[in-house]
Amino acid sequence: MMPTTENIIDVQHLVKKFGELTAVNDASFTVQHGEIFAFLGPNGAGKTTTIKMLTTLLHPTSGTIRVNGFDPLKQQDEVRNSFGIVFQDPSLDDELTAWENLELHGVLYAVPTKLRRERMSQLLEVVGLSDRKDDITRTFSGGMRRRLEIARGLLHHPKILFLDEPTIGLDPQTRNHLWNHVVELNQKEGITVFLTTHYMEEADKVAGRIAVIDHGKIVAQGSSAELKAQTSTQSLEDAFLALTGNSIREEESGAIDNMRQMARVWRGKRR
Amino acid sequence: MVSIIYILWLRQLKRYLRSRSRIVGSLGQPLLFLLALGFGFGPTFEKAGGGDYFQFLVPGVVAMSILFTAMFSGIEIIWDRQFGFLKETLVAPVSRLTIMVGRTLGGATVATLQGCIVFVLAMIFGFRPEFGINLPLALAFMFLIALLFTALGTAVACQLEDMQGFQLIMNFLIMPLFFLSGALFPLDVAPAVLVMIARCDPLSYGVDGLRGTLIGVSHFGIALDGGILVVVTAIFLWIGSVLFKRIEV
Repeated sequence: MMPTTENIIDVQHLVKKFGELTAVNDASFTVQHGEIFAFLGPNGAGKTTTIKMLTTLLHPTSGTIRVNGFDPLKQQDEVRNSFGIVFQDPSLDDELTAWENLELHGVLYAVPTKLRRERMSQLLEVVGLSDRKDDITRTFSGGMRRRLEIARGLLHHPKILFLDEPTIGLDPQTRNHLWNHVVELNQKEGITVFLTTHYMEEADKVAGRIAVIDHGKIVAQGSSAELKAQTSTQSLEDAFLALTGNSIREEESGAIDNMRQMARVWRGKRR
Repeated sequence: MVSIIYILWLRQLKRYLRSRSRIVGSLGQPLLFLLALGFGFGPTFEKAGGGDYFQFLVPGVVAMSILFTAMFSGIEIIWDRQFGFLKETLVAPVSRLTIMVGRTLGGATVATLQGCIVFVLAMIFGFRPEFGINLPLALAFMFLIALLFTALGTAVACQLEDMQGFQLIMNFLIMPLFFLSGALFPLDVAPAVLVMIARCDPLSYGVDGLRGTLIGVSHFGIALDGGILVVVTAIFLWIGSVLFKRIEV
């Protein structure tokens, strides 16, 4: 089945409940072919939950999703072949080399050996890691890891690249470099980019269209200029605050936060 | 599918071979058991008419090091699930069963290797197995033990959210599995209650099988040992794969 719609991602009336808690509440939005789409929201608004449903990691409670024309519930493998993803938390194997991490990904996505090796060399060149390809990724800086994760996400030539807070914890230089790279990919290869970030100026700079989610609902959609006009504000950050309010969100510390804490302690010890 | 299982297996192996400090570190405990218990209790055991305790103990300690390594590599999934590579495999167009099989085979191979190292060390300290066709059979037992407990570790890890429960598993699962298995004492002369408990502990059959193949002494009989291990391993693999399929990250 080929995608018939113009929109590469089409989400209608999406709901996800965890017991009593409604994480995503009747969200509808679309992402067009070849655009950079920013998905913004305060902590706990439902961003990551939505990404997880789009990428087959979670099952929606109700609503429909189409990714590249496929249904993540019934056509898991087709959907999985359609996207690459950079997760919020690092997901490289830090005992393997950069090359081995890519090799693993290529085998998982069944990219034929010769083609795989060609693309791996190319991508390492693109993200500037060619000379470090045989180094264990544990020795990499945060920025280098991110770049390698992006290279990995592109290895199977996905139509869509998901970036879930890819610049968290990176210095301004690396962030700048990373976004330039993403924009270049989007323009040259026509890859659709779906990103989340807490840095409003980043979203303002790179994204063509923006959706703001709060309490599981989409509260606004449109270009940065449209959002500013809609809220009569000067910057995207002000528009964001006008849309989502000033109160600080209390997110319960869950298992993942405990693990993050432990990971920091561990990594600290091992260096 | 074979190439995916192979590369996941290879990954586990590479991770093991590259962490030399972990290999050396995890040899400390079995060595301590071998030397302190083996040579410390040896004379008493012999006086009581039990024979050579060191010979008796080695298969138990080999089984112990396999148990620990296998359980750990299964439980490692908790870690991988939030921070590593598991999430990357779960969004790949690959079935969960394939991922689970690759990982488990890798973990089991690593645990078997660890068992072999302990075995060789024991040889250096004076262990003399009865050589012959039994060595391949002993290796088969080692691999079965490894597979069984990697699968169990995986199943347990699928039920846990974070590492907080780890201490609990250590104290209420791994330690009892080891101490109640007859790895340290002969079941032939043990009190009936203890023997009954040991009969419910899958490691008992692993230890017994190893003893049967390495020193020719067996409580249950090698055939029964092997049969029970195969059945329990199959059950744990099945449970593990069912639970693994349900993981949501």
